Amino acid sequence: MVDYQTRRAAAGSQTLRVNPIACTGHGVCAELLPELISADEWGYPIIDPRPVPPALEAEARKTVAACPALALRLVRG
Amino acid sequence: MTAVTAEDRTARTDPRTPGLPRLLPRTPEDLRAHLARHGRLPYRGHPGLLIGDVKAAGLTGRGGAAFPTYRKLAVVAQARGRPVAIANGAESEPASHKDALLLRTAPHLVLDGLQLAAEAVGAAEARLYLHRGASHEVLRALAERAAAGTDRLEVTVAEAPPRFLAGQETALVSRIDGGPALPRFGLPRVSERGVGGAPTLVQNVETLAHIALIARYGPRWFRAAGTAAEPGTMLATVYRPDGQCTVFEAAIGTPLRDMLPDLAGTQALLAGGFHGTWLAAPRAAQLTLDNETLRRHGASLGAGVLAALPPDRCGLGEAARVARYLAAESAGQCGPCFNGLPRIAAAMAELAGPKPRSRTRQDAERWAALVTGRGACHHPDGTVQFVRSALTVFAPELDAHQRGRCSASNRRPFLPLPDGMPATEEDWV
Repeated sequence: MVDYQTRRAAAGSQTLRVNPIACTGHGVCAELLPELISADEWGYPIIDPRPVPPALEAEARKTVAACPALALRLVRG
Repeated sequence: MTAVTAEDRTARTDPRTPGLPRLLPRTPEDLRAHLARHGRLPYRGHPGLLIGDVKAAGLTGRGGAAFPTYRKLAVVAQARGRPVAIANGAESEPASHKDALLLRTAPHLVLDGLQLAAEAVGAAEARLYLHRGASHEVLRALAERAAAGTDRLEVTVAEAPPRFLAGQETALVSRIDGGPALPRFGLPRVSERGVGGAPTLVQNVETLAHIALIARYGPRWFRAAGTAAEPGTMLATVYRPDGQCTVFEAAIGTPLRDMLPDLAGTQALLAGGFHGTWLAAPRAAQLTLDNETLRRHGASLGAGVLAALPPDRCGLGEAARVARYLAAESAGQCGPCFNGLPRIAAAMAELAGPKPRSRTRQDAERWAALVTGRGACHHPDGTVQFVRSALTVFAPELDAHQRGRCSASNRRPFLPLPDGMPATEEDWV
């Protein structure tokens, strides 16, 4: 996990973050957005810490909305 | 450098650092003895005023994270709402005894620090967070102060469950709010929204005791001990290779050999405790008691635990016991920690035994990488730090085990672990 509290990125860019307590390892996110999310051997998401590329922003939003545990978020920076 | 052991409470003073001990009196002090030695509480009369002194002193948190204390004070003081100030005495690391000793011998110094820190942030409430069955000296000290009217804020005692993560800041807030002592995830920080939604200052009890001294004697006095980067003294729980445990008050920057004269002849040093780092003994014997030096070697002071493993013990066996404890102490809230730590512990148990499978070490390394940075709290990362450094420092022993041999001649456990393993959900409250 990148230290999201101090991390600075280009203005306007967004990053995916998972709340590891809320996450139940459904694996929906890794299926919908394999470009940025993979599942570990127990089914929990490993998320690309870099900003979401503009071309994937719409997909990322859809993936966030699809998380059954509401554990995935897009955060600024 | 001053040593206080369970058997011998006579403090010894190292002539090279005048003015020690600062924190630990020769015998436990009641309110009268405490006031005779240090004088009355130097309330500043207004919030904020003490923060500049704490900044000039360069005090850092003594609970393990070594965060600059003035910054925490300043954030809480500036946050919206009336803050809550909490003294964290839930020393949950089984190998650490320094907070318990401080609460037993100098409870008034800690309680002074709590009052002064509370005033500095403008707190409306003060709490003291302690383990069940904590020293009755500190409870008696609270009663003495209530009778004498020394405290401006009444202090409420809150009880911590006997769990490794009970003193973790967000777990502490959850417990004081009436819930289980489980870590929470994400923003806002407790300094902005903690207990009951109020800005919350959580300070380790040793940090508060230093604040009580800085308020009286000033930043220049504080900086007369320690290094320029890390001023002051600190309490350290030191395990000698013969198993004897001593709490030292030492100036930061003191050579580790001053506390462990036979360090070079031991096997390895565990620095920082169960979330800490194993260092090979010849290297450790050259180091000093400060983060600047230890971090260059991948280690840190943590909460001040130093354990010198004697040559007759199996380092892998010790690491496996602790890894099993740490896996059992996972809050079980985050998938990678819940799944990864028991697997890492099982791999360590196999590596500590005869003829481990050749892929077990790679499994342990893979799981270690997989859980790092993926918990709501620091527990998986701290566990990985401990396990990885064990695999590095005890690599020759690992080779021996793979050939079916163990170099240990003494099977008695060295590092202290609590009796039995916590098992039930209620243990979190």
